[in-house]
Amino acid sequence: MVNVHVYITLKEGVLDPQGHAVQNSLTALGYEEVEKVNVGKWLRLEVADGNNLDSRVENMCEQLLANPVIENYTYHVEREAKV
Amino acid sequence: MKAAVIVFPGSNCDTDMSYALSDFTDAETVDLVPYTAESVAEYDAIFLPGGFSYGDYLRSGAIARFAPVMQSVIAEAEQGKTVLGICNGFQILLEAGLLPGAMKRNKDLKYICRTVDVKVENADTRFSGEYEKGETLRIPIAHGEGNYECDGQTYETLKKNNRIVFTYEADVNGSTGQIAGITNEAGNVLGMMPHPERAMETLLGSEDGRRLFTSVYRHWRDTHVVTT
Repeated sequence: MVNVHVYITLKEGVLDPQGHAVQNSLTALGYEEVEKVNVGKWLRLEVADGNNLDSRVENMCEQLLANPVIENYTYHVEREAKV
Repeated sequence: MKAAVIVFPGSNCDTDMSYALSDFTDAETVDLVPYTAESVAEYDAIFLPGGFSYGDYLRSGAIARFAPVMQSVIAEAEQGKTVLGICNGFQILLEAGLLPGAMKRNKDLKYICRTVDVKVENADTRFSGEYEKGETLRIPIAHGEGNYECDGQTYETLKKNNRIVFTYEADVNGSTGQIAGITNEAGNVLGMMPHPERAMETLLGSEDGRRLFTSVYRHWRDTHVVTT
């Protein structure tokens, strides 16, 4: 079993109203050094390890987890260290 | 005309939609069809109602788009049958790829529930034939994710081909081009965020939604009923 961490964010150039609101709030709290905030989603999938893990995960992202019209996705696979 | 109103888990405008069709058009049948149905081929027009299908989990419409009935809805849409999605129904049509673009959270992050001015941009569709081009309608909106987004090229294509049927008269939610409703290229699929089924009686605020349903009915009658 591996953990697949999927991160979904709005594409560059797509206005992110949530990120904008969070950034304004940080500025109001005095964190003026924050120039941009993006709000996205994180999903953790517990997946049985297999040969075509990467292509399966990519398909999951394209088909359901992300909306390619406005969102990008990245993922990384976390394998537990063998004892 | 046989009309199907699809009921997803979490749909909440299905009954209003069904009343709008049965009380204001001469549709022969108006059925509430469950999301588990295998086929909608027997219907002439398919309506996807508003609500929060599957709790809007992941993204609005993202899970409903894979509901069993959707395969048949997509097939019928591709064959040119009338398909209308309102609010969550519009979001499902976007996720299903029957219409271009996507929905984001409203620009001010608020859920907006009020009656707004909606302009008829194209009165030459099967959904808007009984309206006048340029007319202003009073129709309620009720959504948190109605901020329509598409790339510049898609927007130009929509505009050039008169596929923008309705726009908001004011920038209510941040939508590209203040878009409130669009059709597919063939013109048989319409998605719109405003709720015409909630604007059927003056007593309840407005009856400007009626003509959307009568337009659909009239189009069906004109193309299917032979007059002697």
